[in-house]
Amino acid sequence: MSPHARRPFSRDQRTTIISGMLVFVLIMIVLQLWLLTATMNAWLGGDESIVWPGLAVSTGAFALNAGLFVYLRRIERARTDGT
Amino acid sequence: MDEGRRDPRALIDPEINSAGREGLTGTAPASLYAPSAEREQITIAPDFAPADAQPAWRQDFPIDWPQDLYVERRDFLKFMVLTSAAFTVGQAWIALQNWYRRRDGRPPIVRLAAIDEIPVGGSLAFRYPDEYEPCLLVRLTANDFVAFNQKCTHLSCAVIPRPDEGSFYCPCHEGRFDLRTGAPIAGPPKRPLTRVLLERRGNEIYAVGLEERTV
Repeated sequence: MSPHARRPFSRDQRTTIISGMLVFVLIMIVLQLWLLTATMNAWLGGDESIVWPGLAVSTGAFALNAGLFVYLRRIERARTDGT
Repeated sequence: MDEGRRDPRALIDPEINSAGREGLTGTAPASLYAPSAEREQITIAPDFAPADAQPAWRQDFPIDWPQDLYVERRDFLKFMVLTSAAFTVGQAWIALQNWYRRRDGRPPIVRLAAIDEIPVGGSLAFRYPDEYEPCLLVRLTANDFVAFNQKCTHLSCAVIPRPDEGSFYCPCHEGRFDLRTGAPIAGPPKRPLTRVLLERRGNEIYAVGLEERTV
């Protein structure tokens, strides 16, 4: 084993990691919900200036959330593979 | 931990997926779970006693709580990421609709009525800028006309003009809008009615555009 190889996370550690991820993801989702309602209200009122920035921010939030989930899958796979 | 209640997992080789290791009591089929690769994943009772020494209720419900907690949080996280994707799709839908709205360009100029056709306090229903948008033209005084989209900004019910009360009334949820400005004055609506811009040409009234507002 390489001296730089990292020991895989145990299940208890991963449970803690998931809890931290959940807190972050839930905050992002509340932000996205607010952004969606605010954008819809502004757009229906004829204000189009917020539409594209809103889409960019929401896409960024989703990318962060999806990235966290991909990271979780990776550390789970590392556990299974023993790598 | 005292010596009499040593963690039995320390004595088990986690690489061996032997019979009886499938669940706390061995009632679950061996194929139900993946082989345990780690010692911490070996299911044991919280009191570390052997499976056959456990009370009947625990033998009937051999649930691995730490694993259950882990899996349910992971599934909840997955669901939340899907929810996040749904919000992003909604945001993209707004952007798409905005693109369609811009592509349609300015609304057309449409003749609505001759002034003499509408009495003071009277109204005329018409559709503008297309057949899917019902609107109302109201004559407030001899020279004052206003026109608004008839869809309530709450849930799109048709509003009814009530010139004697100075308001548009939405019968669905008791919403009211100011007759002169279209601003919400009572009930659940938060946004004003979309105003139809009017132009008087001689003895006739024309619709020349739309004004959407947030306040």
